[in-house]
Order: sequence, then C-alpha cells, then structure tokens
Amino acid sequence: MNWLLEPLQYDFIVRALLAAVVVGLVCSILGVYIVLRGMAFLGDAMAHTILPGVVIAFLLGWPLAVGALIMGVLTALGIGALTERTSLKEDTAIGVIFAGLFALGVAMLSARGSYSIDLAHFLFGNMLGVSTGDLILTSALGFIVLALIYLFYKEFLVLSFDPLLAETLRLPTRFLNYLLLLLIAVTIVVALQVVGVALMLAILVTPAASASFLTRRLPSMMIVSAVIGVFSGVAGIYASYYLNIASGPAVVLVATLVFLAVLGLAALRGRRSPPATGLEAGPEAP
Amino acid sequence: MKRTIHMPHEPGTPALEMQDVWVNYASRLSPGNGGARHALEAVTFRVERGERVAVVGPNGAGKSTLFKVIAGTLRPDRGRVTIFGHGPAGHFCIAYVPQRNQVDWNFPVTVEDVVMMGRVRQIGLLRRPGKSDWATVHAALERVDAAALTHRQIGELSGGQQQRVFLARALAQEAELVLMDEPLNGLDIPTQEAIIGILDDLRRDGVTVLLATHDLDLAAERFDRIMLLNRRVVAFDKPGAALQSGNLLHAYGGHLHRVEDGDGLLITDTCCDGE
Repeated sequence: MNWLLEPLQYDFIVRALLAAVVVGLVCSILGVYIVLRGMAFLGDAMAHTILPGVVIAFLLGWPLAVGALIMGVLTALGIGALTERTSLKEDTAIGVIFAGLFALGVAMLSARGSYSIDLAHFLFGNMLGVSTGDLILTSALGFIVLALIYLFYKEFLVLSFDPLLAETLRLPTRFLNYLLLLLIAVTIVVALQVVGVALMLAILVTPAASASFLTRRLPSMMIVSAVIGVFSGVAGIYASYYLNIASGPAVVLVATLVFLAVLGLAALRGRRSPPATGLEAGPEAP
Repeated sequence: MKRTIHMPHEPGTPALEMQDVWVNYASRLSPGNGGARHALEAVTFRVERGERVAVVGPNGAGKSTLFKVIAGTLRPDRGRVTIFGHGPAGHFCIAYVPQRNQVDWNFPVTVEDVVMMGRVRQIGLLRRPGKSDWATVHAALERVDAAALTHRQIGELSGGQQQRVFLARALAQEAELVLMDEPLNGLDIPTQEAIIGILDDLRRDGVTVLLATHDLDLAAERFDRIMLLNRRVVAFDKPGAALQSGNLLHAYGGHLHRVEDGDGLLITDTCCDGE
C-alpha cells in the first residue's frame, strides 16, 4: 500500500488529487447531458472559445477562472443567440465562433516570450500547479453546477428527452437551454487547470459514454459516470507521478482505457450499443 | 392533490378553433432563400369537445405544422388559435404524441420515467414527484393496459407499446386535447384497434383527439370527422362527405392511386414517412 501513500507526502500532489476528484465528479455528471443531447461538438468549441478570456486574465494577473468564466458566459449567450436568430445550422454557428476566438487567444499569447510553455499549460492543463485558492474556487463553482443539476433535474430530463413536451408543458425552455449552456461554460472553467482546453472534451464525454453502456436510467448513468470520472482523475494523477507523464493526458488516457474496457465488456455480452430501437423490437404483446 | 394555476376553460367554447391561420416557411432569416412559401394557408375550422378527428393529407401537407401551431410550439404568422376559449400560450392541457422517429429510444429512461414526465408541470419547479404523482402515473399505465411494462427500458418496447406509453403520459398530464402525429404507421391491425380502443376510453372522459394518419379506411370507420389537409383545409366533414373523390383529388392531386373495384374505392398514398 506504500505506493498509494508515497505521493501524498507532497502538498502539490494532494491538491492535484483533490482537484482531480472535483473535476472528475462535475464533468462526468454534466457530461451525461452533453452525451444524451449530442452536444459534444458544442462542448469542445466552448472549451476553445474561453482561451482569449484566460489569456487576458493571465496577462493582467487576474485569477484565470475569472477570465474564463466571463468568456464562457459570453460564448454561451452568443451561440444561443446566433442559432436562435438566424437560420445558420448550430454547428456552423459554433464553428465560426469557436475558431475565431481560439485564434484570438493564441495570437494574444504568441506576443509573449514564454509562448510555448504558457500555451502548453492552457492546452493540456497544469494540474500540478493548482494552488489552494484555485482549489477553493474550483470546488465552489463545481458545487454550484451540481446543485443546479440537482434542482432542475426533472426539467433537464424532459428538455433532453422530448423538447416538444417541455414546450407543451410550458416549461421555461429558453431559460433552461441557456442555463445548460452556462453550466457547460462553468464546468469547463472548473476543469481548465486540470485537463486544459484541448483535452476538455474527453473528460466531458468519455466517462458518460462509458456509463451509457452500463446503465438504463438517468440517475444510475450519472452515478456510474461520476465514479468513472473520479477514478480516472485519481488514477491519472498516480500514473502521472509514477510514469513521469503529463497529468492532463494521463487522466484522459485512464478514462479512455475505462471506455475501451466497458466497450469490450458490452461486446462480450452481445450488446454493442444501448438496447435496440423500438422499430426493431420484438412482436407485439397481446 | 395540489392544484396548479391553469388557463381557465371557458364553458361552452369549442375545444379548438382556428381562424385564418397562415404559417410561412421562410419566416426566419435565411441566406439565399427569398420569398415566403406557405406551410399553412388560411386554415379555419373548429373542433368540439370530445370529438375525434382524423387529419389526412399527402406528405408535406402541413399536418405536423398544424399540430405544432395547435400545441403552441409554433407561432402562426397570421390568424388566431383558441383552445377552450383562450390562446394556446397558457395551456398545458395539450398533449403532443410525437412521431416515432422523433424519439430517442436509446435514452436511459424506463416507461414510468417517461409517463412521469407528463406530470413535471403539475409537480412544479424545484419539487420532486410525490406519492400522488406516482399513483397518477401507475393508474395511467393501468388504464392503457401497460402496467406490466412499468420498469422496462423504453428501447425494449414494440411499436404498439410505445404508443400506449405515450398515451399514458398524456393521461398523467391530465391532457384534454391530444395530438397524435401518425401514431398508427407500421402497426398491425389488432394493435391499431387496441390503440383506437384506448381513444374510445378517453372519449368517455371528454378528451378531444386529433390524429394524423395516412389510412383513409381507418379514418372513415373510426373517426367522427375527417380533415383533408393540403396546406389549406380542403374538406372538414363527416367521413362520407369529406372523402368524396373530388375532395380527394383536390387534396392529393397526382400522388393518389385510385383503384376502383366492385364495392368501393381503394386508395393508396404514395408514401408514408414523416413530413
């Protein structure tokens, strides 16, 4: 058991582990909605669009999360408005905003001498540089995200499964759609330091995708996804410590290995995808 | 049970009334697409409470658009829609049973979860389903003869079972106006009959049903009135009068194959996928 305890003598490892637990929990639970609603591209894009906000905060010496949060909220509102007001397809609207803002962030950063190191940290995370202040802010934001997912559980469920029902029940669908975009933005901010911009998508969708093979109801899918997310975070830090590899990629690789294992398990059980669709289902019961 | 504030239903008013309703396709900003094309033109009709109406027309006739306007999820560009005497906005007594290909059958929910979704509005924001909500859900499943399916994952259901579950959801919603978008496509005759049997049961409670279908025989035999729709209301009458061949030709044009045999008219539509 010594190998489990050995890394804990370093404070920065302990902080990294705590951060990985928070990120694993929040990302994998919100990720369930991203997977179910097919918002993976949007999630990836939002992770990239916050870069200019982070860079500005970095250059001004503000906490990075503040810049990321402002930019994330603006992007969420911008994408929402662009798809609502024009007939541009959502993925086109996202693509336009995504690439433009990412380029802006990289351009601003490239004016500095330490360009490549800074860029690497933003792109792939710098988990071992998490301060106590970062940890507190991350936990607070993560708690807010989880609380809102809990409070609006049944409304988000209806909106994800049957948006028309949400409208005929006269639920506040616009508010809920924007709220979900905001939650994604805040979650990305939470995970920024741990996995970075480029690998964000993996931590959002991979645990949830694994969970979708193992579960039949939304609450259990969230729990299984959370367990996989937290495990990937913690195991990734240990892998990073012992194999001397970067922590963000290590976390993502563990999550991917879990996914492959689950996929193999599902294939062995003859269930390569979630249950058959109704159109292929068996004969009508009397 | 907790009563929620609901748009009042004026006594003596029809379940549904439309006056000169127009819907354009190109009503949103769209690059390279000038000129409005109408999905619905000058649609005017009324449906009394408890009536069962079949909405019939070729693909692209605007059946789904009509239902969305009634449900209040699509605002018409012109005209007035009244549900039990008021505009659609405040009502949550309208149930929309979606076409089968509009539902993600792999979604991780069980049958009772889907039926409970019908109660989300009555339960209210920030609240959890209570005992009475579960009782309503289970009673609804009982009533459509689907109690045995309660804990099934929805991907495991057959076509007929799917329709029962969505009808149970409409019951749990305490819907008084039910819109069904081609629910009978691809179902065998006994299953169709079973679904119609549930609609008979709903009618005894005064529930009004509009059902889009391609099956003219079924529309003629089991519905009070038939609306022939092809962007305009071509006919809206008792089955015998609505399905006169002049009306049918007008509604279907060249898409209709008419085979006249000894004792009647056999009519087949060229296709039957969703609009």
